[in-house]
Amino acid sequence: MTAQQGVPSPLPVDEAPPRPKREIVIEAFIRVAGVSTIIIIILIFAFLLKEGLPAFFKVSITGLLARRWYPIEDMFGLLPLLVGSLLVTVGAVVIAVPLGLTTAVFLGELAPPWLREILKPVIEVLAGIPSIVLGFLGWVVLAPAIQNMGAPTGLTAFTGSLILAYMALPTIISITEDALYAVPKEYRDGSLALGATHWQTIYKVVLPAARSGIVIAIMLGIGRAIGETMAVMLVTGNAANIPSLSDGLYFQPVRTLTATIAAEMGEVASGSLHYNVLFAIGIVLFVITFLINSLATWIIGGNGGRRRGGQI
Amino acid sequence: MNRQQTQTVAKVVITAVAAIVVIPIIYVVFYTVARGIQAISWDFLTQFPTNGMTEGGIFPAIVGTILLTFGTAIAAIPLGISAAIYLAEYATENRLTRAIRLAIVNLAGIPSIVYGLFGLGVFVLFLNMGTSIIAGALTLGLMTLPIVISTSEEAINTVPQEFRVVSYSVGATRWQTVRYQILPQATPGIITGVILGLGRAAGETAPILFTAAAFYVPQLPQSMFDQTMALPYHLYVISTQVPGMPLDIQFATALVLLTFVLSMIVVATIFRTIMRRRREW
Repeated sequence: MTAQQGVPSPLPVDEAPPRPKREIVIEAFIRVAGVSTIIIIILIFAFLLKEGLPAFFKVSITGLLARRWYPIEDMFGLLPLLVGSLLVTVGAVVIAVPLGLTTAVFLGELAPPWLREILKPVIEVLAGIPSIVLGFLGWVVLAPAIQNMGAPTGLTAFTGSLILAYMALPTIISITEDALYAVPKEYRDGSLALGATHWQTIYKVVLPAARSGIVIAIMLGIGRAIGETMAVMLVTGNAANIPSLSDGLYFQPVRTLTATIAAEMGEVASGSLHYNVLFAIGIVLFVITFLINSLATWIIGGNGGRRRGGQI
Repeated sequence: MNRQQTQTVAKVVITAVAAIVVIPIIYVVFYTVARGIQAISWDFLTQFPTNGMTEGGIFPAIVGTILLTFGTAIAAIPLGISAAIYLAEYATENRLTRAIRLAIVNLAGIPSIVYGLFGLGVFVLFLNMGTSIIAGALTLGLMTLPIVISTSEEAINTVPQEFRVVSYSVGATRWQTVRYQILPQATPGIITGVILGLGRAAGETAPILFTAAAFYVPQLPQSMFDQTMALPYHLYVISTQVPGMPLDIQFATALVLLTFVLSMIVVATIFRTIMRRRREW
């Protein structure tokens, strides 16, 4: 909330006693701190551009869109990495969205209050499990299980999607539940009074009324999934190949944009072409998540109910 | 199928799906505890790793994570709370404020590995800090900033309007009102938000990968310009890069990290509940 209506302001400056210097300094710092977030995000982007843009000139756009990623021979085709990120993210969304929406409906509409009081913190806890721990469990438990199901290897795009889905779930569940909660009680009462069942009310009244919140939940879930690094790095097998459609698209190893940076940045010389290309990948990730988050913010702005910064 | 039956089926399906989501979450925690607890001992927590990390403890990684978390707090708290005060008490609804809010949302959405890239480029290389605790803490601090800002702003916004009205009407300036009326009331909420943000930072691997973390250091860090071992990075290293690593040490490391992070979250949540009960307004 910003400067509230109906609240008297402090005395006008010419009537107030002179303010101590200390106060002026502190208020100046507060104002700078407020603007600092803009400065930081501009700095981050400017720096990524400074280190990453040379890649676009030295490798050329066609070189970056080539099908082969093989840095040792200066082949920097990002296509396999883009495909890897896309596959894993789409898989995660396909798994997480139906599960997340349904769980939110359960929490918001069906669960008895005592159960909701238990489950909400449990889901907050899931949000807190470090991604490296989930990646580790995926690596030692989930991957062998998937291999036992008959895949040639357990480290596949599907394994990555499963782990990522569980990481995106808390975001999707909590935002969707907020959106359901924000639907005015009159809508439900009206629907029930017309003789609709509880389920018809949920399905035909509450969910449609909450749809913009649900769209935002999905978009932010996607944003989280694209940016996740450590867990996917451990469980997707890290093979920079474009998986072939014929042998089970999702049951082959892939490598994502994020994992490529994490795996290779430690070994490159700063200022080398490879270094520039890894920053160029950083630019791609920054732009994708910036667009998703800005679009979500814009949708929220268009629908009144404003949310707070990092929370959404 | 009539509509009552449809309703029954729908409710059963929804409940089942919720169970499918929630049970693995609980299972993951219990499984890690059950497998990890076997290798946990006093020595494991207080000794250096030995024999190529396949024996001994994880003491330097624990110390490193504690140091990084403190550094993150120092980097993120003053700036984050000040920005929250600005948004809640000083900003008017104009283009600048909307730009600040957009920046915060996007800072929260930037992938952690991109923070790692930025930290590497700016703190490690450009500012010449080298791979060090301070470079890692600053990187984690930037990443934690949006969480601190948004939770602090929310805490400040829950302070009832009357506090401001009364303070201004007895002639207090805006800063005096913030300092003596708003902040004391908002502190519990702010502390909760800060701990939640730090808990997340403590578990992060990607931002410290190139800015602070070391594979193995035979001694504890001597200054903030030394590199350090850290729990999340250590777990990554011993699960992927060390051949013949005993599984129970891996699980024990995962358990220590999980306990470290989750206990911060649990403490913050309990603290919030207690303070809400004690609130007088």
